[in-house]
Parts: sequence; C-alpha cells; structure tokens
Amino acid sequence: MSALVPLTAYYLRATFKSRFAVVFGAVQPLFFLLLFGPLFARSGVGSWDTLVPGLLVQLALMSSGLVGFGIVFDQRFGVLERLRVTPAGRTSLLLGRVLKDSVVLLVQAAAIVALGYAFGLRAPLPGVLLGLLLMVFLSVGMASVSYAAALTIRQELFAPLMSTLVIPLMLLSGALLPMSLAPAWLDAVSRFTPFRYAVEALRALFAGSYASSEVLWGVLVSAVFVVAGVVIGTRLFQRENA
Amino acid sequence: MIHARGLSRSFGAVEAVRGIDLDVSQGEIVGFLGPNGAGKTTTLRMLTTLLRPTSGTATVAGRDLFADPMEVRRRIGYVPQGNTVGPFSMVGEELRLQARLYGLRRAEAAERVDRLLTELDLPGMDQRPTASLSGGQKRRVDIAMGLLHRPALLFLDEPTTGLDPQSRANLWDHVRRLRDKDGVTVFLTTHYLEEADALCDRILIIDHGRIVASGTPAELKAAHGAGTLDDVFLAVTGRELREGAAA
Ligand SMILES: Nc1ncnc2c1ncn2[C@@H]1O[C@H](COP(=O)(O)OP(=O)(O)OP(=O)(O)O)[C@@H](O)[C@H]1O
Ligand SMILES: [Mg+2]
Repeated sequence: MSALVPLTAYYLRATFKSRFAVVFGAVQPLFFLLLFGPLFARSGVGSWDTLVPGLLVQLALMSSGLVGFGIVFDQRFGVLERLRVTPAGRTSLLLGRVLKDSVVLLVQAAAIVALGYAFGLRAPLPGVLLGLLLMVFLSVGMASVSYAAALTIRQELFAPLMSTLVIPLMLLSGALLPMSLAPAWLDAVSRFTPFRYAVEALRALFAGSYASSEVLWGVLVSAVFVVAGVVIGTRLFQRENA
Repeated sequence: MIHARGLSRSFGAVEAVRGIDLDVSQGEIVGFLGPNGAGKTTTLRMLTTLLRPTSGTATVAGRDLFADPMEVRRRIGYVPQGNTVGPFSMVGEELRLQARLYGLRRAEAAERVDRLLTELDLPGMDQRPTASLSGGQKRRVDIAMGLLHRPALLFLDEPTTGLDPQSRANLWDHVRRLRDKDGVTVFLTTHYLEEADALCDRILIIDHGRIVASGTPAELKAAHGAGTLDDVFLAVTGRELREGAAA
C-alpha cells in the first residue's frame, strides 16, 4: 500500500495541470441544472432537493464511467507495463487512479451543489455532505469498473461503448425523474441497476431522513458494487502476471 | 540468478517460445540474440513477471517466478523494447514516481533521479516535457527507469536501438561498471553483433522460440569456424541478423 500515496499524488498533479478537463467533466450535469432544473422545479414532480441528488449520481456515472479512457493511453505508451513491473501492489495501481478520480468528482460535485443552492436547493448541510460521501463511495466502484472495462475490451471500442452504456444506466437510476412515476415494468427493470438505490439514498439524505431504509439500501448496494469493482479491477492489473 | 526450465509461451496458434532452458550466474553479462520474432521479448516479459508462461518453471533473482512475483520485481530492473513514458509528462516527475514505486523515499528518489540523469548524459532534462525529447534521449530515459532501484539483475531489451555511437559506448561503459562495481547481472538483447561481442561474457542465440546456440563469443566462433559473430549467426539461423533487423 506504500505505493498508493505517491501514485495518487502523481495522478492528482497530472490531472489538475489541466483545469479545463476538470471543469469540462462537470459540464453535462451543469447543463441539466441550468436548462432542465427550472423546468423540473415547476413541474410538480419534485423540487431542487429531488433533482440535485439525481444530477450528482449522473455526474458520478458520466465522470467516473469514462475514466478508463486514461488507461488506454498508458497501455499504448508502455506506461502500464512500466508500472506493472514494479513491486507496487496491484490494488494500489488501481486505487491510485481511482482516488484521483474521486477528488476530481468531489470538486465537480461541490460546484453543482453550490450552484444548486443558488437556484433554490434547501437541503440541510449534513445531509448534503453525507450524500456527497455516498456519491464518492459509489464512484470508486464505477471508476474501477471503467478501468476494468478499458483493460478488457478493444481499445477503439471503449469510448463509444461506455458513453453509450452510461445513458440507460443513468435513465434507469431515476436521476432525472423519480422512478415512482414509472410504469411497473420500468420500475422493475430499474431495480436491477445499482444506481437507482444510490439516487434514492441521496434524495433521502438531502431530505434529512438519515435513518431511512433508502439510505440503508443505498449504502449496502454501493458497498457491494465497490467491492466487486475493486476486486475485478485488481484482477485485471494482475492478469498476465507470471 | 536466472534458472528456467522448459519455459514456453503461445499466443493462440503462434508458439512464440518453445521450451527454453536458461542458467545465468551472478555477475554475468549475457547477450540474447535472435532474428525478429524469434521470441526474445516474449522470454524477457515472462522472466520479468509481465507475461504468464504457458508452461515451464523459473527462479529469477533467487525467487520463484510463480510463487513470489513481488519479490522478483523488487530485485530486477527491466528496460522494455518499447517506450515507458507517454507524451504529456515531465521527465523528472515520471522517473521520481517510478523510484517511489520501487520503495525509495522521496528524498532518495530525487537524488537518485538527478544522479542517473547525469550519468546517462541527460543534464537539465528534469523539467523537460517528454514529448520534446529526441529519440535517443527518450531511450535513455527508458534505460534510467530500469536502474533507479539499483537492481541486482537487469533485463535490457534492445537498449541501444536508436542511440548514436557515443551514447551507445557510454551505455556499454555503464553496464560494465554496474557489473564490475556492484556485481549486477545483465541479460540483454541486441541486434548489433559487434556490441554483443564486445560486451557480453556469454551469448545465447534463439530462433523460432528455441535456443539454437550458446557459449562465449570465442567458443561460438571456434565451434563454427567463423571469424565474427555475424558468421556464427548466419550459420545457426540461416539468416543475416541485419537483414532481419531491417524487416
Ligand atoms: N501479445 C502478442 N500477441 C500475439 N502474438 C505475439 C504477442 N507478442 C509476441 N507475439 C508473437 O510472438 C513471436 C515472438 O515475438 P517477440 O516479440 O518475442 O520477438 P522478438 O524476438 O523480441 O523480436 P524482435 O527482434 O522483432 O523484437 C512473434 O511471432 C510475435 O508476432
Ligand atoms: Mg523484441
């Protein structure tokens, strides 16, 4: 694990060298906040307190889902082999990147929350902070899965495949419109995606009900997802090992 | 330092390495020669824990390759045939990260990187973007990557490709110094036979995934009644190495 600190520091330095990329990663949810939020708030479906948690999960999906793209380049330029030939722990090789992604996500999410408050978000601060924590936790799983996918599927397929895959996952999570509005079949399908539970947990946290079953389920499902993601990701860093 | 038995690796239908046995003692400089596609890089990647052999066993730097890959990694340095840095980074930063991954503390890492940049004739390159390096400079950065932690066993895959004559001579001196002063064992591939002749204590020639000749340069020349290693190479592989290298 001693490799984790230098790796994370290295990736953070590299990422924040290009602030544009960090800002750009949050542009999509910002559009939703700006151009969809005012509509949503007047639709009678819910308030900003309903929408912002959804947008945070959307951000976690979009931002963390595509991080694997970075490793495609590392693979091509021999950087990955150079890292793999060192005694650094395989989990550290994965988590160094993932922790960097979490920090980036947190910066982006903070911007969305701040803007949300400007528009009319009323959620209590402790609830928002707990919600951000859960979102970051979930993103560790998502980023790990993204790296695992990048190490598995053909390089040129990664970007189109992942950017397409996150759309149904996002829609099924109920991030934009709550699944309570869904017809029975859609509701049933959405229960098979982990992100639905995260969205509902975040909404409960934003509403101040910290001990609700939604929160419990959100934490449980996210935990399973994170463990599975990290285990699979580590395996793939190990894959061709002697 | 290296003991391998029946080491093999296939990629689908391609049998890249077909059951090779290797014994390399401490302090030897061994040249691993062979035409393009003979299986040199595949062998090196197996011995450096990067590629799982299809079959066979090996101990590398005193540790079992399969049971103890982490300890093998700690003890070896590897300079791959290809690049080790992407285009969007700084030379010093990449080297210091690598040193840290080998367990050097921050100050040690900084000092070691400065030292190697000087020794490999890359002065003032610390803050240079990797994209701005010339081919030979980049190659020397790759070489530095494998030396940071003072490994007892060094694998070099065509280290001098792309280096000008002076840099090449400089690297030879460096390799000899490592062996003479620190007892480092070196296992290297090259397509320059005069380099192998001048630098290596022992030569192994691999062709189609099998070792087809081995011995000191003098023994090989005597055995094939040849004046140069080029002639030996031609005799055992039926090919001129230069021809192969150009392909
Ligand atoms: N990842 C891979 N997938 C499929 N085939 C491979 C792979 N790596 C190597 N090969 C094949 O294995 C054989 C041996 O390749 P290798 O790279 O070991 O040769 P080499 O001796 O290093 O050649 P060169 O002098 O050109 O570097 C070749 O036929 C090559 O095409
Ligand atoms: Mg090769």
